[in-house]
Formats: sequence, C-alpha cells, structure tokens
Amino acid sequence: MKRYDAIIVGGGHNGLACAAYLARAGRKVLVVERRERIGGAAMTEEVFPGFRFSVFSYVVSLLRPEIIRELELPRHGLHILPLESTLTPLRPDGKAGDYLAQWSDHDQNRRELARHSVRDAEAYDEFGLLLHRMARAIKPLLGVAPPDPASLDLRELWDLWRLGRYFRGLPEKDLHALWKLLTMSAADYLDEWFEGEALKGTKSASGIIGTLLGPRSPGTAYVLLHHYMGELDGVFRAWGFARGGNGSVSAAIAAAAQAHGAEIRTQAPVSKILISGSSATGAVLDNGEELRAPIVVSGADPRRTFLGLVGEQHLPDEFAAAIRRYKFRGSSAKVNLALAEPPRFICMPQPGPHLRGAISISPSVDYLERAYDDAKYGEISRRPYMDIIMPSMLDPAMAPPGKHVMSIFVQYAPYHLNGGWNDARREELGDTVVNTLAEYAPNLKSAILHRQVITPADIERIVGLSEGNIFQGELTLQQMFFLRPAPAWARYRTPIRGLYQCGSGTHPGGGVMGAAGRNAAMEILGARA
Amino acid sequence: MLKTTPFHERTAPLCASHAWRRWAGHVVASSYELTHEREYHVIRTAAALFDVSPLYKYMVRGRDAGRLLDLVVTRNVQKAAVGQVLYTPWCDHAGKVMDDGTVARLNDTTFRMTSAEPNLRWLQDNAAGLEVDITDVTGGIAALSLQGPAAGSILASIGAPALKYFRIAPATLHGIAVTVSRTGYTGDLGYEIWAEAGNALALWDAVMEAGRPYGIMPAGLLALDMARLEAGLILIDVDYVPARKALIESQLSSPYELDLGWTVNLDKERFNGRDALVAEKARGPAWQFVGVEVEWSSLERLYAEVGLATRLPSATWRMSVPLYADGEQVGYATSGGWSPLLKKYIALAHLRSRWAAPGTPLEMEMTVEHRRRRAAARAVKKPFFDPPRKRA
Ligand SMILES: Cc1cc2nc3c(=O)[nH]c(=O)nc-3n(C[C@H](O)[C@H](O)[C@H](O)COP(=O)(O)OP(=O)(O)OC[C@H]3O[C@@H](n4cnc5c(N)ncnc54)[C@H](O)[C@@H]3O)c2cc1C
Repeated sequence: MKRYDAIIVGGGHNGLACAAYLARAGRKVLVVERRERIGGAAMTEEVFPGFRFSVFSYVVSLLRPEIIRELELPRHGLHILPLESTLTPLRPDGKAGDYLAQWSDHDQNRRELARHSVRDAEAYDEFGLLLHRMARAIKPLLGVAPPDPASLDLRELWDLWRLGRYFRGLPEKDLHALWKLLTMSAADYLDEWFEGEALKGTKSASGIIGTLLGPRSPGTAYVLLHHYMGELDGVFRAWGFARGGNGSVSAAIAAAAQAHGAEIRTQAPVSKILISGSSATGAVLDNGEELRAPIVVSGADPRRTFLGLVGEQHLPDEFAAAIRRYKFRGSSAKVNLALAEPPRFICMPQPGPHLRGAISISPSVDYLERAYDDAKYGEISRRPYMDIIMPSMLDPAMAPPGKHVMSIFVQYAPYHLNGGWNDARREELGDTVVNTLAEYAPNLKSAILHRQVITPADIERIVGLSEGNIFQGELTLQQMFFLRPAPAWARYRTPIRGLYQCGSGTHPGGGVMGAAGRNAAMEILGARA
Repeated sequence: MLKTTPFHERTAPLCASHAWRRWAGHVVASSYELTHEREYHVIRTAAALFDVSPLYKYMVRGRDAGRLLDLVVTRNVQKAAVGQVLYTPWCDHAGKVMDDGTVARLNDTTFRMTSAEPNLRWLQDNAAGLEVDITDVTGGIAALSLQGPAAGSILASIGAPALKYFRIAPATLHGIAVTVSRTGYTGDLGYEIWAEAGNALALWDAVMEAGRPYGIMPAGLLALDMARLEAGLILIDVDYVPARKALIESQLSSPYELDLGWTVNLDKERFNGRDALVAEKARGPAWQFVGVEVEWSSLERLYAEVGLATRLPSATWRMSVPLYADGEQVGYATSGGWSPLLKKYIALAHLRSRWAAPGTPLEMEMTVEHRRRRAAARAVKKPFFDPPRKRA
C-alpha cells in the first residue's frame, strides 16, 4: 500500500490548491476525486459537440492574486480575459435605448449613468471609492485563518489582538460605514446612494448571489462587499472570464500541483474517512480500497464531510449539532445554451461590445424581491434574476466558428421546491428562463441549438454540493469568518486530529477564490499565512 | 463614445495634429498645429482661442442662492457685487479641498458656478431647506476663452463692453447674446465668453474673424498647460487629489496647504469645513504649495557630466518629482517644465512648511541619461509670470 503525507478528498479547485501548496512544501500528496473529471464547480465540459460550457461557475472574480503568483498559474495555462461591462435592459419589450449600461471607461460610464440620473452618475465614483476602502479594510481577513473572539488559544488571541488593533486604526467614518454594511440590506444600503431602479437592481443582485435571501433582507449589503473584493485587485486584472472556461482555472491549479509532485486520481469516490481513536488515518474508497495518511483534508462541504464521511459518532455533540444547523438552502440554477447566432436585445439590437460583458436581468429591486417572494414559498421565480455572459464572445474557441455559447446564472430556483425536483420541473425552469429572456431578445428561441438546464438538485448530484448551494453553504453573516462552518472550528481544523477542511464551506467562503485551499495548507504546514 | 463640444465642427478640421485629449468626458485639441509651441507664444503675444466648453457649469438661482454658495465655497459669495466673479475652492466637512472653480454673480439672486468635477449632487445635498434652484447647464452652454494681450481689442471690435479683472457682463457680440467675463487660466489678459450651445459656431466664426487682424490662433491644452504653470495656477488631479477621490488621509489637502488661504473667509459664520479650517489656521498648515526654480548651471552641469548639452522638457510634465533639502525628502513637485518666455525651468511643488519659504535651497530629482540625479533648485514666489496687463 502506498503511503502519503496527506490525502485530499475532492478535486475541486480548493482541494487542488491545497494539494499544490502542500506538494510545493515537499509533502507527498494524493487528491481523490469522485467524478471522472476534476474541478468541482469550476469545470468546463463539451456538453454538445463543438460547444464548451463553463457548466457551473462562469466568471473569475475572487481568485486570489497570491495564488496566481505563487502557483505560477499563467505558466500552467491560466489566461483571464477582461469582462468589463454590464448591460441591464430596463424592461421586456420596450425599444432601442431602454437599457442601463455600466462601462469600464470612466467617461463613457458617467455619460451613460447621467442619461438616467445625473445624481447617480456623480454618486457612482464615491460609492465605488467607499466600497474600495471597505473592501481594503476587511481584506486582511481573507488571507488568514479567522481568529475566534471567544478563543483562549494564544495564537488566536495574538491574531485577534492584531486585527483589533488594525480595525481601531481605521478612520472613524470607515468604521461606521463598515458597520452599516454588516447590518443593512443591500437595497437599503443602495437607497442611501442611488435613485435609479435599474442601477439599484443590478448592484443589489450581487448581494443575493448564492443565498436564499432577497435584496431587502438584512445582511445582504455585506455580501455585496464580499463580491466587490475581487475588484480590489483591479490592477492585477484578476476579474474576468478564464479562457477555456472556469475548468481551465482548475486545470491550471492541477497542473501546478502535479508539477510539484502531487498525484491526482479521478473516479475515486471516498466513502469513509478512516478514524482511529480521535485521529484521522486515511480514507476508504467506494471500491473498498484503503488509503493511508496522517493528514486527511476534505474539500467537500461540511455536511458531506462530517455527517457523511466522518460520521456523527466520531464528533462532539455540539459540533455535530452546529454542522447540522449550518445552512445550505441552494437557490441558484444554471441554463447553458448553444446558439446558432448571437442574441439581439431589443434595447441594444446591434452586435457590439455589450455582448462581451455581462447582461443582467435585474430591472429593479422590486423585480428581484418579487423573484425572491416566489422562492420563499418554495417556487421557481416566475421572473427570475439572470446574470448572463457569452463566453464565445470572449474566447471564440468555446463554440464552432460563428456559433455561440451563452451562460445564464439564474436565481431563484429553491432546492426545497414544492413537490421536489424532477425532469418536468427542470424543463419548466428551462422554459421560464428562456421565455423570460426572449422577452428581451426575441431571436433567442429560434437560435437555440442545445439547452442544458441545471437545477440545485443537479448541482448537488453532479458536484456534490449539499442542497445545491453554490458556495458550500450560504454566504450569510451568521456563517462567515470565525463562524464558518462552526464556532471554534473555523481555522480549517476539526475535532478529529489530522482531519482538515479546505473547501468553500470554510473561511473566507465561496467563489472560485482558492483562498480556503491555500489557507488550509498554510495551517497544516504550520506557517503563518 | 466621448462627447464633442459645440465647437467641434470648427475645431476638428483645424486640428492638423490629430492630437486630442480627454477633458471631462469630451475630446478637445491638445494642439492644433503639429507642435504646440506657436500656440503657446500666441497666448503671450497676440490672442489664443481655447474651447473650454467641457467645464462643468451650474446655474444657481433663487432667494437663497447666495446662502447656498456661501455654505459650499470658502469665499464670501453674498458680499460679491453683481457682475463680480470669484475664484474659489470648496471643501468637505473636514476642510479638505474637493474642487475649485468660479462663482459669477449674474444678478442679485442668480449665480453661475463652474467646476472641474461634477457637483450637482453636492450642491443639491447642501441645499436642503433652502429656497434655491440648481440646474446643470454644462451641455447647454458653450464656452470660449480668449487669452493674450490682443484679447481685449478683439472683443471690443465686435461689441464687448470694457470689463475689469474678474468682472462679468452680458453682451451682444456680432449679434449673438453672450456673457463675457474677464477671467482665464493663463495669467494673462484674457476673457471667457459664455453662449448658448446653439450659437457656438456663429460665435466661433465671429471671434476668429475679428481676431484675424490681431493674429488670433486657436490653441490647445498643451499650450494652456504651459501658460497656467507660468501663472502658478493649480490643476485638479495633477497638483492635488480632490477629497472625493482620496484613498488615504495623506492625499488630502486643505486650502491652506494649496496656497489658497487667501480664499478662505473665516468671517463667514458657517461653511463646509469651517471648524477644521479655523483650527488649521491657528496651527499653521503642515504643507505649502510653492513655486520652485531649478538652477540652470546645476542642470547644465548634470548634462555636461555625461557629455550632453542640457535637455529641457518641451511640454509641461505632470508627475510627482521628489524634492530634497538637508539630505532628506521634504516635498514633491507635481507640475513642471521649461518656460520659453522666462527662460527658466520651473515647477509647482508641495513642500513641508519648514522648507517652503522663498529662497530655501532645494534639490530636485532629475533623470539624466537613465540615471537619477539631483539638480539644485530653490523655492520661489508664485506666480512666475504676472504681467501688469492681466489686471490693468
Ligand atoms: C452554478 C454555479 C455558479 C457559480 N458561479 C460562480 C462564479 O461565476 N464565480 C465564482 O467565483 N464562483 C461561482 N460559483 C461558486 C464556486 O464555483 C464554488 O464556490 C467553488 O467552485 C467551490 O470550490 P471548492 O473547491 O471549494 O468545492 P467544490 O467545487 O464543491 O469541490 C468539491 C469537490 O469534491 C468532490 N467530492 C465531494 N465528495 C467527494 C467524495 N466523497 N470523494 C471524492 N470527492 C468528493 C466533488 O466531486 C468536487 O469535485 C458558482 C457555483 C455554482 C454551482
């Protein structure tokens, strides 16, 4: 039997990143992935001949620059293409010109915003600057294992003291602004700044991604900031579309891991984590094969890891209870389309740069809140929020020449659907999405060559994300920082000695970010992140 | 798409250089000719015509218009006479400069404000409870600036009234209704002409026609930048970071630190930033904004050491250049260049107050043939160039 220093359960991008850092430090590492391909929710697949879909996650926004540098991801094939505009059609039907666009060029953007509201155009920069400062203020939290304020551990106390001193050093007005962001709803927060419905709708959308909350739910303002974090590294240009889809992010990290000597096995589902006494000793695969290592790191989500692979009998009651309470409540779906021609939006009918950016179906906060109302009571939003990109416009190799792929992120499609998910409900979701979008771009229906609909139940089944939550657990304040995934166990360690976690279910949370994988590796290596 | 100004139909065919620069979301000529040199000299010898339409412009009207402006800007607006124009900065509540521009009193209750950055929201937010109407007229008003010793004669020949320095009056130029102010950004004799955008082309034609016998030339922003440097006039985003864009504390400046203390009227009972400014005045500002002159002989020596004749910048530079005294960095220059008229290498600089007195010996960093050197310099009084005709 081969022996390893560490076994990583799950070849999601975080598991791969963790493996790469451990291998880089000279550890003998094995990654075991249950699927036939790596990447987890960061995966590209040729779903329809000639058409490649970034099946689940579709943009790179939060990938940590230090990971790009340290693992030399560009050398291993990562190429991030800029995705710089957002087009929000103001209403279905309507006429040419009924849109709000946000452009990367400052002058062009200001002019466009002023078309709707001069006040908003002026507030925009100040808002951006404030969020920039806020993001900077909390950024130091991302790269470290979060200290628990209730802990008596010396190292944690030291970290806590450093953080406390850091926060006390922030200007008073920034502290006030931060408190507001932590407590308010995205809608209320945006109301303090803007008057335009489409602008507020579109901006508030980043506050609800991956949650079963609406833009008027308190706490969503913070999520807005979480997603803003990526823009901090603006100079680094880490925001955009990965050439080849998000699978190429995973592939680049995997290549780095392999270059450092890590082994990666696919079609190797782990059925159990081996525990002897109170220590992890390895993992057993579905086929009965046993793998031994003094360190086992799980990149699967906390529920799957602890209630599935470990088993409650090995866990302190309180911890098991916290994991049972940890909320998933998936609410997002994906519709991926292969298209014979690009969509023609009524509001901007000509082909143009807007198709190289995001298209957001978020005409107002009310629209999003109504979409949420349906989901609150277990139904698919009749008119869902959609975040759309056209990968083939950025990387033509994603589709045959002249043809296109469209990626539609959809909210809300609640995991806990009344009556449960089945094929009919999946098609119903697909129809709702296509019909809604066709109201803005009527040529869409006839252009569709192939349609892939992914419900939260599918996300759970395919990627293994519990309840289909895209972030391995809701990104809400009550389960972030030192509370993710459970109080006192936020520093990648677990009550089982030698068992670590490295997935999005740990701090700093979801997104193709790699931070959890890297932080976990640092914790294991005993290094200070 | 970038905006073009109401004069674009005239300026575009004249722009032989095809060198355009962005200004507040518009394109305007950097220079019309292939180089800007002659355009600069025309400012000082005849009259140069600038398209300054991109300036933000606001009409502020109503019973409380003066009160609002007094709340916002540092100078005393209500004391201004009808027909007077005030140059003024304005501050946030911490007394840090947000922008600078002019306020013109058109009549008892009507003012026009110009600014470099958009300010509608700021004005509206400050107007809570006041009886005042604020309109953004940026796009509706076309603006020309005619600068140089012949500017007065040219405008008089088409019907402009005589105006004192920093005064404004309505006029009819060649049949076109305008307001004319004796203002500008060159430190020379100069006027600015404000007209409805629809009359822009006719106005351009009238002024160019009238100016021909006097040697008028259209001039671009490169020439303007050289003139404003000689005049010691500050430029937003270049010489200071406006408070709204500052990311860190040290990027902020108070009016005192920008040598704009003369615009701060602490006799006014209430205006944005007053408390902070009272305290700063008592304390004395930590920084000063001064002129710096580089010593020719030192410059010449640095070049001679590498076997080269002295090289000079052909246009005003805009970057941060370290200044040293007593062996440590004591400040930085933010604009600088060669004055063809004064035959001096000059710069505008922020210096710690201790080293800001005129005559203080300094050293300015220079890159000479790929190597960082230091040239001898000294703090001097602004403006570098101040002809009597400016105010006469
Ligand atoms: C539809 C969708 C859209 C998204 N859009 C974006 C986006 O645009 N931008 C963004 O930044 N983020 C997005 N996200 C979130 C982001 O993709 C995830 O947060 C991130 O990919 C999670 O990575 P991970 O490595 O932590 O976990 P995962 O990707 O969940 O990886 C876990 C891996 O473990 C494997 N595994 C589980 N159990 C076992 C077992 N027993 N044995 C072996 N292997 C096992 C799984 O197969 C999987 O490969 C999206 C997610 C989804 C689902």
